[in-house]
Amino acid sequence: MLFTSYGFLGFAAVLLLLYYLLPKRHQWKLLLAASLVFYLLGGAWAIVYILATAVSVWYAALRIQANAAQQSAYLQAHKDTLDREGKKAYRAQQKRIRRRWLTGCLLLDLGILAVVKYTDFAIANVNAVLGLFSKGPLPLLHILLPLGISFYTFQAVGYLIDVYRGSQPAERSLPRFLLFVSFFPLVIQGPISRFGQLSETLYAGHPYDGGTVARGLQRMLWGYFKKLVVADRIVSAVTVILGDVNAYHGAYALVGMVFYTVQLYADFTGGIDITIGLSEALGVTVQENFIRPYFSKSLKEYWRRWHISMCSWFRDYVFYPVSSSKAMQRFARFSRSRFGEAVGRRLPVYVSSFVVWFATGIWHGASWNFIVWGLLNWAILMISEELEPLYARFHAKHPGAGGLGWRLFAVGRTFLLICCLNLFDCFANIGDTLFMLGSVLTARNWGILWNGALLELGLTGVDYAVLAGAVALMLTVSLLGRRGSVRAQIAKRPYAVRFIVWYGLFLLVLLMGAYGIGYDASQFIYNRF
Amino acid sequence: MEKADQRRRFVRIAVSALIVAGSLYLLQRLLMPKYVDGIVEGAFVAEYYREEKDHDVIFIGDCEVYENFSPVKLWQEYGINSYIRGSAEQYIWQSYYLLEDTLRYETPDVVVFNIQSLQFNESQNEAYNRMSIEGMKWSPSKVGAIFASMKENEHFLDYVFPILRYHSRWSELAPTDLEYLFKTKPVTHNGYYMRVDVRPVESETQGRILGDYSFGDKAWEYLDRMDALCREKGVELLLIKAPSLYPYWYPEWEEQVEAYAEAHDRRYINFLEIQDETGIDYNTDTYDAGLHMNLSGAEKLAVWLGRYLQTEFGLADRRGEAALDAAWKGKIAAYDAEIEAQYKLYGMERKDA
Repeated sequence: MLFTSYGFLGFAAVLLLLYYLLPKRHQWKLLLAASLVFYLLGGAWAIVYILATAVSVWYAALRIQANAAQQSAYLQAHKDTLDREGKKAYRAQQKRIRRRWLTGCLLLDLGILAVVKYTDFAIANVNAVLGLFSKGPLPLLHILLPLGISFYTFQAVGYLIDVYRGSQPAERSLPRFLLFVSFFPLVIQGPISRFGQLSETLYAGHPYDGGTVARGLQRMLWGYFKKLVVADRIVSAVTVILGDVNAYHGAYALVGMVFYTVQLYADFTGGIDITIGLSEALGVTVQENFIRPYFSKSLKEYWRRWHISMCSWFRDYVFYPVSSSKAMQRFARFSRSRFGEAVGRRLPVYVSSFVVWFATGIWHGASWNFIVWGLLNWAILMISEELEPLYARFHAKHPGAGGLGWRLFAVGRTFLLICCLNLFDCFANIGDTLFMLGSVLTARNWGILWNGALLELGLTGVDYAVLAGAVALMLTVSLLGRRGSVRAQIAKRPYAVRFIVWYGLFLLVLLMGAYGIGYDASQFIYNRF
Repeated sequence: MEKADQRRRFVRIAVSALIVAGSLYLLQRLLMPKYVDGIVEGAFVAEYYREEKDHDVIFIGDCEVYENFSPVKLWQEYGINSYIRGSAEQYIWQSYYLLEDTLRYETPDVVVFNIQSLQFNESQNEAYNRMSIEGMKWSPSKVGAIFASMKENEHFLDYVFPILRYHSRWSELAPTDLEYLFKTKPVTHNGYYMRVDVRPVESETQGRILGDYSFGDKAWEYLDRMDALCREKGVELLLIKAPSLYPYWYPEWEEQVEAYAEAHDRRYINFLEIQDETGIDYNTDTYDAGLHMNLSGAEKLAVWLGRYLQTEFGLADRRGEAALDAAWKGKIAAYDAEIEAQYKLYGMERKDA
């Protein structure tokens, strides 16, 4: 069920009504039922996958916790009889058991993800190798991808690792845990939430509060504005330009990647606004996933502001374990002895980062373009890291270079860099991506920017005017957001102003949204990840 | 103090709700197509509700009825009070629900149904769905028509709130959208859409070979329902095939309709086969090379059909009924005025003037 469908709006409206009519202690049960219905509507077969993940993680977490409790109890009971070595040996033995539960469960759940998402990618690569030896190709399996599998798997796995680390108590109730994994506003495109944070409000009873519901609906409305007015309108031109590399290159490629970057922002942040808004209306607090990412002055800063939940997930559950692993510690000792302290200290970080960005790339999609996209991000970040002392010296020499002009330049430069990197999202063929990027540098068709050619990309002059106004509004709201919540700022205004702002926004979505007959309603881009 | 706050809050909510409801209603009215210029077919269905509903004959069907028979001529020649409930590419399920809708208001003696639409078993085009259904007043019949007609990409809610369908029309609004915001002008004469210009048939019609000539189950189902409804209401159902040369009417289709009429004891007239009797001349009586009749053709068909209706169904001549005479006087004046205007528009000379 698409967030932009009437079905979803009706579903959300009925849910809100029932939610606040129910006794508070039953509210979470309704959310679970709604989540399962939502999931079933996306394909009844897919429920098997999410149930398998939820049950396996829930049970493994309980076993891990039980083992840890048993270990504490045993050590307490035998504190006088066991010597230090005995305690150490017992701890190690118990840890092995817990690790077995963790590893087994990770293998099962990441294995499910790997099989359904990456089998065809693996077969295609095997076929490419077989082709070198003139061997026949293996058939692709075309396994249907269950809704939101990347998101709920990561969410569940994160919880399991937290329980293993002892930083999160295991949830005893399977239905409650199932709700955490399947909570429907999050299941499609995140944010990838942590159990500790989400459970604080997910299971609590929430009395009806008009203000809370209104704030949630306002956030949803803003999300619909971004999705329907901007993303689903600009997508026509993006589809035309990126659909034919032979016809549209050079200046078109630049236009295409800027448009796609705007579309991606409006689409993804719009979807997350709807997610967070609906959750808020239900009294559930979901973590923010973006902090004005296109105002970043460097790629490093961008990745602190864009898809925050995914970045922090990879940091906590991939980067830290890899960088602190015994193998990496051995590698660190080796590189320090071989390349000296300065290089030896950085090398393990770079290798760990490589693993993270490789994983990030392939998480986004089972194809080489995403892997290259991830590794390019890694390369740029590492080069920037290496050049950091140079920047520092430059700024020390030119203290005036930190002014508004410089900041605007840095923001513009970062935005263009993101545009280039995003191009790897668009083509499954890396050759096409590189051709398009290269064609910008050798472009001779800059005239298309003013000779009316842009009006032949599926967008009329009116569409461009609407887009320009909508992007200006998004920019304004982002700037206002630097002073705190824009909704809170509006809430302080007199009633008439509030009414005009929110009803005006509703009318903008209603009249200028690209929906219904005549528009090819797009899936949210991040649904496919 | 608290009471005053509550009252203020109530007033605020009430005023806001009024503004929202009022502005949305106005916007919806503004954005909906008015069908007064250019494509006018979308206005036909709604015009019926302005009528006094005391008709002897109701025509149901697509352009093969609303362009091919002149109710004014039927009145002038035979005193038959008739109305055409038709719109562009009106599918048979839409015809059924329009008939059902009509029978809520009146019970005519005869329903004339043009069977060309049997060729479709599914709606072909959302725009035609809109033109056939939007003008209907809300009733179970309209709901039925919507559900029977909707294509995969259509939503019931878009029919309930047409602003959702026409939301992007703001960029193509014309002065007529304001002029006809609340009431549109009539564009038909008792459902008849007039054209006086002439474009003769230039070549012989040939149908392409079809894989299967059988009409679909859904089409037959609605013809059955139409037949049953007429029996239930005691209305005669006359099946016709208008003399339009396009789309091609296959002999295989003809056989199926003839068999149906015989099996259900219904009269069936194929006007393509009685050209000599009706006097239709494809050099002078069509404005688009045989697809539709022009005024001359529509009047010839009305003259023939009126005689048939009186002979076969014993319809009375109602001229002399004061209320009807008065109503038709105005309609005939409007009819004549439009003939004049169209002759002028097309630079033609009126033969009977």
